[in-house]
Amino acid sequence: MNEILFPTPDSAITNRRDAILGELASIAAPGCLIVTEDERRAFETDAFTAYRRMPLAVVLPRTTQEVSALLAYCHRTGLKVVPRGAGTSLAGGAIPQEDSIVIGVSKLNKILDVNLPDRTIRVQAGVTNLSVSEAVSPDGFFYAPDPSSQLACTIAGNIAMNSGGAHCLKYGVTTNNVLGAKIVLITGEVIELGGEALDAPGLDLLGLVVGSEGQLGIVTEATLRIVRAAEGARPVLFGFDSSEAAGACVAAIIGAGIVPVAMEFMDRPAIQICEAYAKAGYPLDVEAMLIIEVEGSDAEMDAELARIVDIARAHDVSVVRESRSAMETALIWKGRKSAFGATGRVADYICMDGTVPTGQLSYVLKRTSEIVAGYGLRVANVFHAGDGNMHPLILYNVNDPADQAKAESAGMDILRLCVEVGGCLTGEHGVGIEKRDLMRCQFNEIDLDQQMRVRAAFDPQWLLNPAKVFPLDGRVGANETAA
Amino acid sequence: MMQVFAPETEAQACEAIASARAGKRTLEIVGGGTRSGLGRPVNADCILLTQKLRGVTLYEPAELVVSAWAGTPVSEIEALLAGKLQILPFEPMDHRAIYGTQGEPTIGALAACNISGPRRVRSGAARDSLLGVRFVNGRGQAVKSGGRVMKNVTGLDLVKLSCGAHGTLGLLTEVTFKLSPAPRGSGTLVIEGLNDARAIAAMSMALGSPFEVSAAAHVPSQKRTLLRIEQAPDSLAYRLEALTALAKPFGHARKLPESEAHEAWAGVRDVAPLAGSKAPALWRISIAPSRAAAFAADMVAQNIAQDHYFDWGGGLVWLTSGLDGQKAAILQAAAAQAKGHAMLVRASVEARAQLHVFQQQPQAMMDLSGRVKASMDPDGILNPGRMYAGV
Repeated sequence: MNEILFPTPDSAITNRRDAILGELASIAAPGCLIVTEDERRAFETDAFTAYRRMPLAVVLPRTTQEVSALLAYCHRTGLKVVPRGAGTSLAGGAIPQEDSIVIGVSKLNKILDVNLPDRTIRVQAGVTNLSVSEAVSPDGFFYAPDPSSQLACTIAGNIAMNSGGAHCLKYGVTTNNVLGAKIVLITGEVIELGGEALDAPGLDLLGLVVGSEGQLGIVTEATLRIVRAAEGARPVLFGFDSSEAAGACVAAIIGAGIVPVAMEFMDRPAIQICEAYAKAGYPLDVEAMLIIEVEGSDAEMDAELARIVDIARAHDVSVVRESRSAMETALIWKGRKSAFGATGRVADYICMDGTVPTGQLSYVLKRTSEIVAGYGLRVANVFHAGDGNMHPLILYNVNDPADQAKAESAGMDILRLCVEVGGCLTGEHGVGIEKRDLMRCQFNEIDLDQQMRVRAAFDPQWLLNPAKVFPLDGRVGANETAA
Repeated sequence: MMQVFAPETEAQACEAIASARAGKRTLEIVGGGTRSGLGRPVNADCILLTQKLRGVTLYEPAELVVSAWAGTPVSEIEALLAGKLQILPFEPMDHRAIYGTQGEPTIGALAACNISGPRRVRSGAARDSLLGVRFVNGRGQAVKSGGRVMKNVTGLDLVKLSCGAHGTLGLLTEVTFKLSPAPRGSGTLVIEGLNDARAIAAMSMALGSPFEVSAAAHVPSQKRTLLRIEQAPDSLAYRLEALTALAKPFGHARKLPESEAHEAWAGVRDVAPLAGSKAPALWRISIAPSRAAAFAADMVAQNIAQDHYFDWGGGLVWLTSGLDGQKAAILQAAAAQAKGHAMLVRASVEARAQLHVFQQQPQAMMDLSGRVKASMDPDGILNPGRMYAGV
């Protein structure tokens, strides 16, 4: 696989750096402009750390008005902007360019209003995902999308990427849980999309903005739905002698009309890695493991779990472990939730994010093993089985460029496979730069042109996060006609 | 004689739109024709019928997903799903009662008009279940967005953009929906005699409880507040009892016989309490529940509202009124003041041509919507003016 390309920096911009810094200093509030190399270094990459570029400057505005003034300046002067939440993107969505500035939302970090009767919360977009749930948990509510990075990641970043998480099987992803957003367009205009009501008038531009990866504007405030938590939640752990049996069990559960809160899959390498780290008591002699969580009162959970266990037994489950205490529940989840960190202890890895039809899970797992083995590497699989969102972790040595190239090539092969079987390149991490050059696997030129024309209706000059999502060649504006 | 296109394939749909564009003719998109009163009148040069774009293209019960050509009747799909004890999660409203139309609603219209029903409060609207679309844009090109899998963030979400665009951005040709297992049981509690404000408080309490209330409506003319739970039988009995206890401060909650409950919810869904009204205007107001009672009271006090009821725990107000430009302006201004918006769902063709059927938005939003429309349909040939003049 070729290294991911960045556009050549525009020297007309980089040569003007001192002047630009002076102009930014007159716009940015005191203490909100970052110019020194040491301080900028913290912003040169995100969680896709293999790539980094130093931005001209970083600005951390404190108000919507400041974001507006900054974008209006960028628009006037043709300066590129890379919006940034917490920089936890696994797809390189927040990696800057040398001829761009970074606008970070980390200082927009206030909870503005909690409305329990209407089950909504209004926040500034730089608040962390977890802090939203923390603000309402004393009242028994929570914010449903729960990406693994929820301790650090921001609502702005969640909206940009349409983030999911383990609980979205039942509660939906970000786009199903955002009611409104205040967004600053590249012109500096501030518009409100949606609001407090379930429906918004006119075109669903909010639905368009969610998942647009910072290419349509910068979100500064959001109104989110909050959900009353169930009376209780409890997982069961199943071990299987084959991935096929685990996959068939997942399909049978859904086929029986049961939609659990979460259905998480781990294969043997992932089980070994997580058990060594978390000592969660996972079975080490199985090929695949499922963690399935149900919600409700104790009696309801007993009944639901009994049905699920029956189905698992019909699929030759070899290990059944129902949680009998809060401590046991925490332990079962600890292993799963530490999967990425635990994997990082044994090797460097890249995390793929394709989604496949759940009926194809077994086949895709088998092919994934073959593809990665073909490159002489190892893979561990940990993923959301209920919705087919796979996360193969391809293990390699970051200090060996040849190894890295192999890992990236294996990853691309796996994503092509996901598309071939009817799935997609990315289920919840976003395209960013990582999968940008694979977009033509999933979309033809007409599909991509239409997306780019819509994009250009917001940002005709391609100033907002321009190196992302769409292949660098063949870009079109709003009014250009296709051949 | 007005030209009618009735494509049987997506390729024919592309040809029809391309030829209309080449001839500088506009098109009105018609599905089953059951929602023909929805939106501003479109005075197009040609009609584009979707009824021959018909058939289920994919149904995978174990993956909870169905795809169909846009002109497929909803009844055909619901019958197919029922065979596997599955449903479209969003409980789509049937508009035939309020418009007095015949014919069969189509699956494409559920997406194009973002239809939903009482279960919206728990399961979302059509937009929340719509996984993928194929559509023909105003250039006559077939475009796809989304797909058939539950989680997909690949590229811009033209699925959401198309949903609820009332055919102004493209002709939907194929839609893919996420499904739910059919509820294994359903129970409805009724509390009688509450005023609007107390009823909305009761519904907020219920929807904010851990018992997963799947619908909450208040019909003042019947003096009834309805709360629905959909669960397996054991769980249902437990939750109805728990909710009855929680509702004590609002009065006695009685369980409705299931046949009566089923009819009641179908009525709430299809606006039966107001369908037979002779009032010249029927409005649909989306609003935060905590503002809904005051809004309705204000409309009554100003002699605008004739009758009204609440769905979605108060988040949706259906309201009948007299109709003139002033009344419409007052009502829509009041809705905006309450951070909601009002859509004129039933009124004469003349009224819908003259008034704002969809609430006006700030100029920056209207400009942006116009640019988005132009990016999909550069010559404005698809359902011109259906939502707003020019969009």
